[in-house]
Amino acid sequence: MPYSFELNGETVTVDVPGDAPLLWVLRDTLGVTGPKYGCGVGVCRACTSHLDGGAFQPCTVPVADCAGRRVTTIEGLADGDTLHPVQQAWIDEDVAQCGYCQPGQIMAAVALLADHPHPTDADIDAIENVCRCGTYVRIRRAIHRAAGG
Amino acid sequence: MAGQGITRRQLLGYALGAPTLAVAVRLAGAVAEPEAAGAQVAEILDFSDALTLAALPTQHLLVVEVTAANRVVVRLPRAEVGQGITTAVAQIVAEEVDARLDDVDVVLEDARPALVFNQLTGGSNSVHALYGPLRLAASGIRARLVTAAAQWWRAPAGTLVTRATAVVHPDGRTATFGELSAAAAAVGLPAVAPVPKDPDDFAVVGRPTTRIDARDIVTGRARYTQDLAVPGALPCVVARPPTLGGGVRSLDAAGARAWPGVVAVTRIPTGVAVVAQTFDQALAARDALVVDWGPGPSASLSDADVRSRLAAATPPFLPPPGSVSVERSFDFAFVPHAPMEVLNCVADVRADRAELWLASKSPIVAAQTVALTLGLPVDRVTVHVVRGGGSFGRRLFFDPAVEAALVSQAVGRPIRLLWTRADDMRHGRLRPASRHRARATHLLGQVLSYEHRMASVALDGSHGLGELLSAVGVEALGGVGPAMFHLGQLDLYNLGAQARSLREVDLAFPTGSWRSVFSGQVRTVDEVMVDEVARSLRRDPVAFRRARLRSSRLRAVLDRVAAAGSWGRSLPAGTAQGVGLHEEYKSVVAFLVELDARDRARPRVTRAVAAVDVGRAINPLGLEAQMQGALTDALSVILRAGVHIDGGAVRESSYTDFRYARMRDTPVEVEVHVMPPTGDPGGAGELGVPAAGAAVANAWARATGAPPLAFPIVP
Repeated sequence: MPYSFELNGETVTVDVPGDAPLLWVLRDTLGVTGPKYGCGVGVCRACTSHLDGGAFQPCTVPVADCAGRRVTTIEGLADGDTLHPVQQAWIDEDVAQCGYCQPGQIMAAVALLADHPHPTDADIDAIENVCRCGTYVRIRRAIHRAAGG
Repeated sequence: MAGQGITRRQLLGYALGAPTLAVAVRLAGAVAEPEAAGAQVAEILDFSDALTLAALPTQHLLVVEVTAANRVVVRLPRAEVGQGITTAVAQIVAEEVDARLDDVDVVLEDARPALVFNQLTGGSNSVHALYGPLRLAASGIRARLVTAAAQWWRAPAGTLVTRATAVVHPDGRTATFGELSAAAAAVGLPAVAPVPKDPDDFAVVGRPTTRIDARDIVTGRARYTQDLAVPGALPCVVARPPTLGGGVRSLDAAGARAWPGVVAVTRIPTGVAVVAQTFDQALAARDALVVDWGPGPSASLSDADVRSRLAAATPPFLPPPGSVSVERSFDFAFVPHAPMEVLNCVADVRADRAELWLASKSPIVAAQTVALTLGLPVDRVTVHVVRGGGSFGRRLFFDPAVEAALVSQAVGRPIRLLWTRADDMRHGRLRPASRHRARATHLLGQVLSYEHRMASVALDGSHGLGELLSAVGVEALGGVGPAMFHLGQLDLYNLGAQARSLREVDLAFPTGSWRSVFSGQVRTVDEVMVDEVARSLRRDPVAFRRARLRSSRLRAVLDRVAAAGSWGRSLPAGTAQGVGLHEEYKSVVAFLVELDARDRARPRVTRAVAAVDVGRAINPLGLEAQMQGALTDALSVILRAGVHIDGGAVRESSYTDFRYARMRDTPVEVEVHVMPPTGDPGGAGELGVPAAGAAVANAWARATGAPPLAFPIVP
């Protein structure tokens, strides 16, 4: 049956089974490939996006649970050509290596900063997203930079 | 357009200078007695030399071109898996042609069999092999652009300068490279010498530079294989046996075929492939397969069996005559590569041709293997190299390409094959488990000898490396494993008579080189032993090293970390500093770490300082990133990350149980000191892992009072 939700500021409607994980609906039905598959069970968090502004893992959430709600992926973070301050901090700190986990890392960081505008290192330690290239020290610096200090 | 022809002519003279034969002859003498002389081999010819020599005969095929749209395009026959090679190559070329960095595009070259051994990404070798040839190619192009401008303006070529992707006349007129490209392509003999710059004049090479693809990455626009829009490519997953290398005894696919969206179910040698309209349908249908699996060839082996087989291959040393001896044995577990982007491939196989997309570090061998598997001529197989989400050695193997090609052929449709994370953990390749026995002897304060015997589950090098090593004449070293061992290991210290040996044990596990190959284990053992000998002699580990280091470059990086890291500062009980050094790939590095081991189950490296000398850093910011990432790898596999084998199966299945470091396991601060240039650029990608691992292991020994003898330390 059709499900409608807001995706990166626009309403979309998809006709897929309600139990289909949102990750595959985003990637294969809607062609939104910023959220990455890394484990499918919500552990690696490479697909981290926002549901009504909070971080979530689309690989573990069925599309039916998103009906009528607001989904933001990495593609919806910038304002046109103007990067979100966290994206800019990521470039300024040259965080990425392979880049595969970074959309998820950025979305996790944006959500963290919404709850903790000036996060401590202990707050940042709570981020569980895996970065197999081991860029954690630069992720930490970029979050502090985006927080304005 | 200044194209391929110019580059070819320009580089021919360079390629003809290859000293392959002379080096191979000298090497043959040195390896006559590998046990005794093995450690010295790398001083004559190391793994970097071998890879660079193998690439040399085809360097004239490198393509650097200037388009009418004013883009400088490099077709790079290497993989980009996060190591930053595209940024470094863009810097090298921008420097020599005097282009703006933003005007340089680095495109990953499709598999190109004519390149033979010059399209393999490994051994931290890309910059070492490509630096000279790229500079020659780029300076040749610059000379032709200047000549074309001189002809156009009727000005003496020597009065013209190049900057910002343009040629500039003394009166201020400018012509972009794009405007000149067609005329430059027709230039025969350039009017200015096509000579690379003096490194003292470098402005782009050596400048800390953010990744050229950073904006694509942070906006989600960077495309990995599964993000490509290949028309009609259907999702595909594979049911795999519970044990490594197991096979299908019988299959009932009726339930799976009846699942909504399922297009096909087909058997392939590695399992049962399910093709469906969506990945969630394919995954659900895979769960509906009823398969009777036969056991794999190592189904009778668990960790204890592997360890005892390896222990049997590291016999004890003879008793030392009249000296003090320090002897230890060490075990290292299997470690998966577990790149963030799981293995995957898109394949479109037709009756007379095949087209594949994947992140491959050995695309020529991948294309050849796919051709052989499908029964197609190799020139009918196209392999597009796509940016990869990490590799750590894993993407030297192209298992998903063969699987995807077979499925696409069987189904008659293009398909997108994806390994799940559990597939990757349980069937991916592994850094071979190893056992080490090491002994140092000393008498009256003098170290008399150091011996290190390593036994390793055999390393699989069947991705073209064996052929490459034969081509440069190092087959005398033995198989791929022994060759890489002897080409990689150097004596860092004066420790009397030294010997290092590797014995490979053939057990049926899928292995593969893992960032730094044997060095991560070998150097950890060597450096822990150095600390143990220093302790036995009641010497400070840094002072002891300093007195015995064989190279001034190593002394310089050790001194730097000791000073910057405040070696010897007082720390609470249960926490300690440790140091480790490594030399390989023409580069040297030292790490000093501080480890908090008060929670023995979750120790944390709280601070790290590295000093690195790669000869010449192309991109100091990228080099720093490689040292930071290497530290994360090293602290993970030394402290908590490895896998267990139960009856021929890998126990772990995701990042829940494969305990790769998270943010809270890593230091808040990692300080990387890039040393001033000491020569031409060496390698960096793998360099940091052995030294950082050794530093963590030594910090553990000093924090807990006992050296770690099994890795990962937390079982």
